[in-house]
Amino acid sequence: MRKRNPLQVALGKGSAKSGVHHWWMQRLSAVALVPLTLWIIASMIALGAPDHATASTWLAQPLTASLVLAWVWTMLYHAQLGVQVVIEDYVHDEGPAFALLIATKLGAAFAAVLALISVLKIVFAG
Amino acid sequence: MHERPLSPHLQIYKPQLTSVLSITHRITGLVLSAGTLVVIWWLFALASGPEAFATASSFMSGLWGRLLLLGLAFCTFYHLLNGIRHLIWDTGHALELGPAYATGWTVVVLSLIATAGFGFVLFGGAA
Repeated sequence: MRKRNPLQVALGKGSAKSGVHHWWMQRLSAVALVPLTLWIIASMIALGAPDHATASTWLAQPLTASLVLAWVWTMLYHAQLGVQVVIEDYVHDEGPAFALLIATKLGAAFAAVLALISVLKIVFAG
Repeated sequence: MHERPLSPHLQIYKPQLTSVLSITHRITGLVLSAGTLVVIWWLFALASGPEAFATASSFMSGLWGRLLLLGLAFCTFYHLLNGIRHLIWDTGHALELGPAYATGWTVVVLSLIATAGFGFVLFGGAA
């Protein structure tokens, strides 16, 4: 992916991490979220306050379920990146910062699973 | 490590559009992170069946639920519009003071208008 001077790699020089990747993924997820969020807002307004049957019928449509899941996952990803920066900015003790960063990542991952199972249940089991 | 004294900063630095919009972007981002969990809770309630969904639905349709949605709506519109402003900055444009202020005010005004429109739908309009 990126060219690194072999000698510098062998000497262990340079950053241990990948800051640019974080920056780029934040932008990429942001770009994806613009149309997705606009679609979600429009859908919410159209849906109003649905009863269980109406909401299930709506979400069970393959395209709708896909867009909802794409939006939720992109939101969780973008949010995790953002919260990471906030933690790194304000929590200075290494121990608590590390714990919070891990908690954010795992929390986001579980929320993604919860969203997936919920949407799939509606799509396949009504 | 001894706590060393810091020069006053937040206490004396005059708030400006640039800094205020910046921290608002961060705050709305944090609120939206929590808001995403609210959406997932709603999806989970839907998947859990009519009884669970009725509870979620009655809360969201109530006064507090709608106020919550209004707050999330403002955060969404603001963060989305200011996010686009950030993406424009990433291309290297509008970084000068004039354009930064012009785009900044545009974000604020459009966010408020969009939120008002959403509020109309939520509380007074096509209910």
